[in-house]
Amino acid sequence: MESLIGPKFSRRRILPGLSVLGDVLALGAEQRLRPARHLILLWLEGAPSQLETFDPHAGRAIAHGSTDIVTSAAGVRIGSGLAQTAEVMHQFTLVRSMVTREGDHERAVFNMKTGYRPNPALLHPAIGAIFCHELPHSPLEIPTHISILPNRWPARGGFLGGGFDAFQLGDPQNPLPDMRASVSGDRESRRMAGLSVIEEAFVRGQTGLEAKTLHRTNLDRARRMMSSEQLRAFNVAEEPAAIRAAYGDTPFGRGCLAARRLVEVGVPCVEVTLDGWDTHVNNHELQAARIQILDPALATLIRDLQQRDLLDRTVVFCGGEFGRTPRLNAVEGRDHWPRGFSIALAGGGFGKGRVHGETDPAGTAPEPASPVRVEDLHATLLTSLGVDPAREVRTPVGRPLQLSEGRVIGELLAGR
Amino acid sequence: MARVPAIAVWVRNLLFAGLALLAVLVGQVLLWRAPLEKADATSLPAQDPEVLAVAREVDAAFSEAWSAAGETPAPSAEDLTVLRRLSLALFGTVPSFEEIRLARQIPSERRIDWWLERAFRDQRFGDYVAERFVRVCAGTEAGPFLVFRRRRFVEWWSEQLRRNRPYDDVVRSLISSTGSWTTEPETNFVTREVVSKTGPDEARLAARVSRAFLGIRLDCVECHDDFLEGKWEQEDFHQLAAFFREASMVVTGLSDSGKGDYKVRMRGAPEERAVGEAVPFGPEWLPAEGRLRARLATWVTHPQNVSFSRTAVNRVWALLCGEPLIVPVDCVPLDDNVPAGLDLLARDFVAHGYDLQRLIRVIAKTGVFRRSSEPGKVEASSSWARFPVTRLRPEQLARSLHQASSLTTVDASSHILLRLQLEGETRDFVKRFGDRGVDEFESATATVPQRLLLMNGKLVREHTRENIIANAATRIGALARDDFSAVEAAFLAVLTRAPSPPELEHFVGLLRGSKGGERARRMGDLYWGLFNSTEFSWNH
Repeated sequence: MESLIGPKFSRRRILPGLSVLGDVLALGAEQRLRPARHLILLWLEGAPSQLETFDPHAGRAIAHGSTDIVTSAAGVRIGSGLAQTAEVMHQFTLVRSMVTREGDHERAVFNMKTGYRPNPALLHPAIGAIFCHELPHSPLEIPTHISILPNRWPARGGFLGGGFDAFQLGDPQNPLPDMRASVSGDRESRRMAGLSVIEEAFVRGQTGLEAKTLHRTNLDRARRMMSSEQLRAFNVAEEPAAIRAAYGDTPFGRGCLAARRLVEVGVPCVEVTLDGWDTHVNNHELQAARIQILDPALATLIRDLQQRDLLDRTVVFCGGEFGRTPRLNAVEGRDHWPRGFSIALAGGGFGKGRVHGETDPAGTAPEPASPVRVEDLHATLLTSLGVDPAREVRTPVGRPLQLSEGRVIGELLAGR
Repeated sequence: MARVPAIAVWVRNLLFAGLALLAVLVGQVLLWRAPLEKADATSLPAQDPEVLAVAREVDAAFSEAWSAAGETPAPSAEDLTVLRRLSLALFGTVPSFEEIRLARQIPSERRIDWWLERAFRDQRFGDYVAERFVRVCAGTEAGPFLVFRRRRFVEWWSEQLRRNRPYDDVVRSLISSTGSWTTEPETNFVTREVVSKTGPDEARLAARVSRAFLGIRLDCVECHDDFLEGKWEQEDFHQLAAFFREASMVVTGLSDSGKGDYKVRMRGAPEERAVGEAVPFGPEWLPAEGRLRARLATWVTHPQNVSFSRTAVNRVWALLCGEPLIVPVDCVPLDDNVPAGLDLLARDFVAHGYDLQRLIRVIAKTGVFRRSSEPGKVEASSSWARFPVTRLRPEQLARSLHQASSLTTVDASSHILLRLQLEGETRDFVKRFGDRGVDEFESATATVPQRLLLMNGKLVREHTRENIIANAATRIGALARDDFSAVEAAFLAVLTRAPSPPELEHFVGLLRGSKGGERARRMGDLYWGLFNSTEFSWNH
């Protein structure tokens, strides 16, 4: 997509770039030399409660009875439902001070996935699409951007083009969608022969039609993909039973396992969605049910990546679109809370065993300490992936736009 | 009461199912052997000489541009190709086999007129074009759950289109109406942008109005002045937004009871300040009194506001042709630097009361619209010397797949189950295929996963398998007089054209001597090839 790449030098590019450059230069040499090559996004759609997960205020009124546990990270306590995750907390940086200006699910998911607020005139790309766009041409035969168990808003390529949309699949224990021909042998040959005759009739004399449509090119690539050995990465049944059990016998657990396998074969970005966190009623009970699914999958993913020496090259993000209110409502639910929620980051260049930011134990402060805006999180994630967030691309109407307009939070990265 | 034995119940049920199947088969045979409807061109109103005259003027303007550029226009397209373009634009699907058979009874010189008049009476016209307009007015996202009813909004648009309510009147309603979003569905235009308990977001509404109705991307200066072209300032955008400062939510719905000053912190300013309403140009068209939204609506739709009429024409042109005259569709110049024909169409649109159906008739009547997409000696299409080849939208693909799998027209008179199946299949297909959102006329190439969906996906698989009830492929194979007519029918149903001699030879050879299940499978394979062709996925 050459036309989308912005000019190398421009006023717009240089000015914001200078501040980011300062941040990046301040990072450790190791961080600058070894950017992560993979991104796994564990999307907790519906907005998990920070108080029952990564930011418990046990004993305070806002906990409403929720308890906490110690973790492998010194001085860091998390919700008591995350017992397995607590054992690997030394691998994480917790951000307890995320803030967003969006309080509606659809808008907030867009904001968190793209780093930009929704714009009626421009569909911004999700971070996985940006990452794939910025990478050199991939030799992979399978998709480079994958969304497992997509809910209503899977990651999109936005103005970068449909080619960067995430390839969507459901529970990895089911056959991969659209990848198997419905006929085989002679019938498949017959179909392809018939298609060639029809194509010949239409394409004849149409100069540049294939260049415009890429019909034949995509057909050939699709057929290569259908028979690629790399498709085995989706097949979690090949894993030992003990590994599968460790991730949890759930679609999300299998999704996380598939994500690890996909990263192993070189896929740059995989998002795995666990929804059902929108607990306006019976918060404690419903959050606990989700946490029970999240805990083994998240903890095992981190351990598994570490054991395979992949964690340093893989950024793992775990979080939702906003948090939940400190107070329980009349039906014991927690409502939407964009003013201080938590995410967990591991791998890549992110710090280990750290906590950034702090929310008010009384739940009344208008803003957390050291707030992190969504765009800042994006700038930091892109930097950890070796992508300059200040780099400009051109939108379809030629407007120059930075990959992220946020500020890199250097404190989150290991070198600081 | 005596208990009926279970076996008797089963026998009765089976008998009923068998009779139903027989009735369907007989119906299909009858359809095949004789048209259900007699097409009649004599009841058509006489050609409107004014429509023809404007179309010729537009053609002359384009011819002049081609001569100046030394370009030779492509020859005229076949009638059926033109009919396919119109059907995709106005119904979101390829024409049905039944419609093609009817159209072929009409003399060629009146065929398109006949089809258009039928189209305007068809519920599908309102419903599909309404969807396209709602995308412009409300985007593609679900919107605020409590105060936005997308379905109601689409139904309201559909009704206006079928009634052929003047477009300026429609737009005035959208911008200025008050009341509940369920009983006054036009208010959904404003309530779509509600972000808090107090009311809608003024800036988002200004962006919608400027892009949808004025063809100006004024929201590009929401945060700073236009550094690149220097045309607009940040103040322009926020002054337009200030017209929505009275819009607020009350118990009865949308009201203009006001929510105070519209305050903005301008770039470089230390703090927020109140911004008053003003229009970016043409202040003389703005009424001095009245509710703010009503005044803005009058200004936007003022007959002298060429940006309004040009934007409407540019969008309707794009709906019909797949590409706007001015790209992007919502960035129309205010000066006279516009393509040949645009102002002729815009002036005619204003002079005839913003009549959308008439505008469609005029465009469809032009030679430009009826040019072939085949290149001849012309390489470029930027000057419209040949019809542009553009990619079908996902819902057009899904609806076309569904329609091509039925010999009869799937419309409002079809069985409810068939219509529900169409809606369900379209929704699932679009979800997997991906919707390009606001890039309404972006014509990027398909992706590999999209190709896989067409090759191996559920929709194509379901509509190419042996099924005498649900699939045209099987029925054609079983009912056609011979192999030649079977191949021809399949091509007409899917690609809206007859097969070329090499295609006929290949596929007749494929069917030759086949019977029963094997013949059904071979017909399914033919359909699969047609569904997976470039020609099916692109408008041309």
